[in-house]
Amino acid sequence: MKPRALILFAQGTNRDGDAAHALELAGGQAQVIPLKTLREQKIAWSDYQMLVLPGGFSYADALGAGKLLALDLSHYFLDEVQSFVSAGKPVIGICNGFQALIKSGILPDSRAANEPAWATLTYNQGNHFECRWVSLEPSSQKCLWTRGLTQTIDCPVAHGEGNFQVSDPARAKKLLDNDQVALVYTHPDGKSADGVYPINPNGSILDIAGICNAQGNVLGLMPHPEDHVYPFQTPDRIHRPGHFGLPLFINGVRHAADC
Amino acid sequence: MKINGSSAVYRFVIKQNTANDPRSSGYLSDTLSLGIHQIQEIQCQDLYFLRGRIDPEQAALLANQLLHDPVTQSVETTLLENPTHPNTTTKKPLSSLQIIEVAYRPGVTDSVAEQIQRAARILGISTINAASTGLRFVIKGQELSESLLQELAKRLLSNPVIQYFTLGEIFPAFSETAKKNDLVERFNFRDMDDEDLLRLSTERRAALNLTEMQTIRSYCQQEKRDLSDIEFEMLAQTWSEHCVHKTFKSQVTVEQNDPSTRSFPKEYEHLFNQTIRAATQQVSAPWVLSAFTENAGIVEFDGTNEISFKVETHNHPSAIEPFGGANTGIGGVIRDIIGVSAKPVASTDILCFGPSDMRMEDLPDGVIHPRRIASGVIAGIQDYGNKMGIPTVNGAIWYDPGYTANPLVFCGSIGIAPRGANPHDITSGDHIIVLGGRTGRDGLRGATFSSMTMNAQTGEVSGASVQIGAPVVEKGLVDVLMLARDQHLYHAITDCGAGGLSSAVGEIVSETGGDVQLADVPLKYPGLAPWEIWLSEAQERMVIAVPAENLYLLRSLCGQYEVEMTDIGVFNRSNRLRIFYGEKLVLDLENQFLHHGLPQRHYSAQIIPQRFKPGEQNPLSRSQNIDRNVTLLRLLAHANIASKEQVIRDYDHEVQGGTVVKPLCGIQHDGPSDGSVIKPLLSQTKDAFVLSNGLNPEYGKLDPYQMTLLVIDEAIRNAVACGADPDRIALLDNFCWGDPNRPEIMGDLVQAAQACYDGALRYHAPFISGKDSFNNEYLGSDGKIQAIPPTLLISALGWMPDWEQALTMDLKQAGDLLYLVGSFKPAFGGSHFNLVNSNSAIEESVPLCSETNPQLYRTFYHAVQQRLVIACHDLSEGGLAVSIAEMMIAGRLGTSLELGANPDPLRTLFGETAGCLLVEVSPQNKIAFEAIMENLPCRLLGTVETDPTLHAANQGAALMDVELPALVKAWKDRVIEGGQR
Repeated sequence: MKPRALILFAQGTNRDGDAAHALELAGGQAQVIPLKTLREQKIAWSDYQMLVLPGGFSYADALGAGKLLALDLSHYFLDEVQSFVSAGKPVIGICNGFQALIKSGILPDSRAANEPAWATLTYNQGNHFECRWVSLEPSSQKCLWTRGLTQTIDCPVAHGEGNFQVSDPARAKKLLDNDQVALVYTHPDGKSADGVYPINPNGSILDIAGICNAQGNVLGLMPHPEDHVYPFQTPDRIHRPGHFGLPLFINGVRHAADC
Repeated sequence: MKINGSSAVYRFVIKQNTANDPRSSGYLSDTLSLGIHQIQEIQCQDLYFLRGRIDPEQAALLANQLLHDPVTQSVETTLLENPTHPNTTTKKPLSSLQIIEVAYRPGVTDSVAEQIQRAARILGISTINAASTGLRFVIKGQELSESLLQELAKRLLSNPVIQYFTLGEIFPAFSETAKKNDLVERFNFRDMDDEDLLRLSTERRAALNLTEMQTIRSYCQQEKRDLSDIEFEMLAQTWSEHCVHKTFKSQVTVEQNDPSTRSFPKEYEHLFNQTIRAATQQVSAPWVLSAFTENAGIVEFDGTNEISFKVETHNHPSAIEPFGGANTGIGGVIRDIIGVSAKPVASTDILCFGPSDMRMEDLPDGVIHPRRIASGVIAGIQDYGNKMGIPTVNGAIWYDPGYTANPLVFCGSIGIAPRGANPHDITSGDHIIVLGGRTGRDGLRGATFSSMTMNAQTGEVSGASVQIGAPVVEKGLVDVLMLARDQHLYHAITDCGAGGLSSAVGEIVSETGGDVQLADVPLKYPGLAPWEIWLSEAQERMVIAVPAENLYLLRSLCGQYEVEMTDIGVFNRSNRLRIFYGEKLVLDLENQFLHHGLPQRHYSAQIIPQRFKPGEQNPLSRSQNIDRNVTLLRLLAHANIASKEQVIRDYDHEVQGGTVVKPLCGIQHDGPSDGSVIKPLLSQTKDAFVLSNGLNPEYGKLDPYQMTLLVIDEAIRNAVACGADPDRIALLDNFCWGDPNRPEIMGDLVQAAQACYDGALRYHAPFISGKDSFNNEYLGSDGKIQAIPPTLLISALGWMPDWEQALTMDLKQAGDLLYLVGSFKPAFGGSHFNLVNSNSAIEESVPLCSETNPQLYRTFYHAVQQRLVIACHDLSEGGLAVSIAEMMIAGRLGTSLELGANPDPLRTLFGETAGCLLVEVSPQNKIAFEAIMENLPCRLLGTVETDPTLHAANQGAALMDVELPALVKAWKDRVIEGGQR
């Protein structure tokens, strides 16, 4: 049986369809369910092997991108999400989903209620929304989504608040040492972006595009690998074919099958 | 009003702690560009105000968990001492002159404030009865006089139409509650004389002329009745230019004294039917599924799906509140697409602004600086499109002093739906259902407002006309309605646009009849009179006809997606519309009079002879001795030609995963695409559609007839350059014109409309939808009328059977051949060469549009289908040299070109022409390509080179040598080596 992915849908979510499409291509079975339905109809989360928080503008980005979706997660679905995470099932938050995972404290790692947040996704250094294709290096073997991926992934970013920052630079270094930096922005040839715009499109510390939790099953990332699963999607199909985002989802689905 | 003693107002200030706050530095650079240099630093902070019974612990909880980001921000919470302080904008600054605070006026949509209240309830605090937001600016600098700060606040930090400001701490303006209001005024039309009629029309801003007012009077006399205010307002909306296009539907008498060049009919019985609609009927393309009858034009797509396309303008609102105007412009046109039951899959935006370097002192009274209009409009489009999750994929920006007071904002939306999915089966007894946002005073009389000329007071008087969008609410409408469509839950659908419920419900019951209960319409705040509820242009609402048995399913769907649904009435077979407010019957009009009672207008048009004979050339081009290299760089740096990358990247053009050819292309993703190619993920085939446009007001100023043919050619040419099949291109027309009461303006319109007819037939390209915006004029306080140049946007919707045949414009491979294909007849009339050489302009006729262009495109398409074309770019503004340079920039490659024996190289390089394409072909396909193009104009110009230089020669003698980096710098940064601009 195909692993089932639960795609959370909040008011303003808009890349749910793109994510569902990529997951189906990767061999999963995707189901998009509004949060309200989840709350009212007592749907069993245990029927799903994968959890997806797709991109979009949940609650119109009011009070900061992902902030109010994070409130929903920690208020209405705390137990469900926590049991999903601790069971080691694959969880992915893309763009707005990443912002919600960070702001709810599920990433970088679940922290105690009284521990202050130390990581955030803030306004792009360029001070504006930015849509462009970037190259990503899968850099973590701990993260089940990026494990074993060798080729760079080309895909678009489309966000205004994707600048990953921490309260203390040592924290970022520690993420790196723990192999929790799952994806970094790079030059197409794999050379380090070194924080230089536009290769690093938003000013994120250490060129971080995505991170995972210590367990390696929860991935949050700003770029949209779900928008590069067909050859017609890349602007570089002639110069640079391949470099799909699909392998990331295949990894996720494969692990979901074991859950 | 008195506030409950236990109510408190908390004020929260959110400060950015990071060393570098991009938003603040953005404001600082804006002050510099305004010419204010005394300011050294601006710190921008967020303000939130909450009113209600809130204790200090709750306030702390909100501050810490909700209102700020602890990693990058800090929060300061204060309890305002005197919450009963009246709302005032003149409050003395409390701390120092260096603080400016800005807040929304009451009644202006503030979706963040709404979200705060919702989120507070989740946190268990449900005693907040009002919330509002604002901005605080801490300004550091020298000699900051009060007048300078006032200026800064007015010009940059706030817009008086929707906001107010104070120097020092602001007190928030909450929307106060008011009593229910069932006031209805009645007008005794029967006894009014002509003067009374005109006075009433002006007083109520109805924009109806005397004949129209007299028609209403006759109706009242005949029916022996008075009219209620809501009846009169509804007639004014239904009969407005915006809603019925009475100028285009008018009878026109044409006066033409000099028929020597081109002659036009002396009389049009019905301008639209005889030109644009007639063309569509005569072309009679089988793949056109709906033209001019629904909210959008619809064409067949891939055998199972249909594509719909609509382009609207939102000019007047964008002039007074650029963000809100453009925001709701895109929101409105998306609803047109939802209104044909289609899922929106792409957006387009074409913008016309005044020059961004205009001096403050040259600005007409009451007009916002073009720079601010531009940034507001772009932010508005970005906000709506991105949040809706619809890729913005095609557009253009044009600068001209004529658009200073009247910016133009064309918003387009494209949708996809299973063929025939849009139902038209209203049955008596169906319920009239309103979905979406609540109704407030927003946008009252927008339709009539847009039908009037603006003046310095327009901003103030029409404050209520300003609408701010809530894209996430509209997103909910798409989510619910696509599911409702697939489950066949509704029988008919239409959108609430200009005129609000009045035009939406008016339209949907026009074939049957219906009764409406206005007291059931959910309001943002009480106190709206019945006519205000009926006319409000509150955004994000749709009206559908739902059979009683489906109401339950629809309600549960709406519940899941948190979309408000209201049952406001029932369809019947009365052929009348009746509106009740509670027990009171407030409107009772028969459909026949409402929708067909408007008398046809009659206009006089005068055709002004053109300054130059068509095709007339000025020999000056042969003798002018100017630096060709520098001319090319100056053209590339011209605002209309230079890269629009900064704007394009503000828009998400990738969401939904179907964008094959993106607005930017090439090896570094920064070349200017001719159009966009979309392969919707929803479609199971390889079919793709193409979006492109044509616009050229410079030509319009000289020759509206020729301009129209030229922009039709440009739109089609751009589509063909992307690989579209030239035999399956549908067109949309959007006219932005001046006051049709002036015969010369009407003369321009007649010429353009006639050219639409001629062009559509020539290219076999039917018009499927269109829209017009008149009275784009501004009456300055100096008494001078400023009209925009005659502006026609032609949008093209093309198709290709296989996305793999899509073309981009970047040069791909050194060694490839470069051909110039098409009837190359360069001219300088209306050219950008003349704009960058205004002192030595070569005055002559605009380019002509060869009748053989359609044949050329068809033949070229054979080469495309055989995959012989590597890259293709059209020739447009700036001529051949600019097009070559753009292809080089996109591919980061050089070219070596031989232009052949040529006595007039300036004309060849910089003259503008229709019907021409530059085509890259690999050497091994030389023979095959040339064989296809045999007997058509097709010239081998040269080769693509690795040496990054644009080298052009005239029989071996160098004409032009420019290095690629200089081209890139001029086009991308608008910097010309040597410091010129």
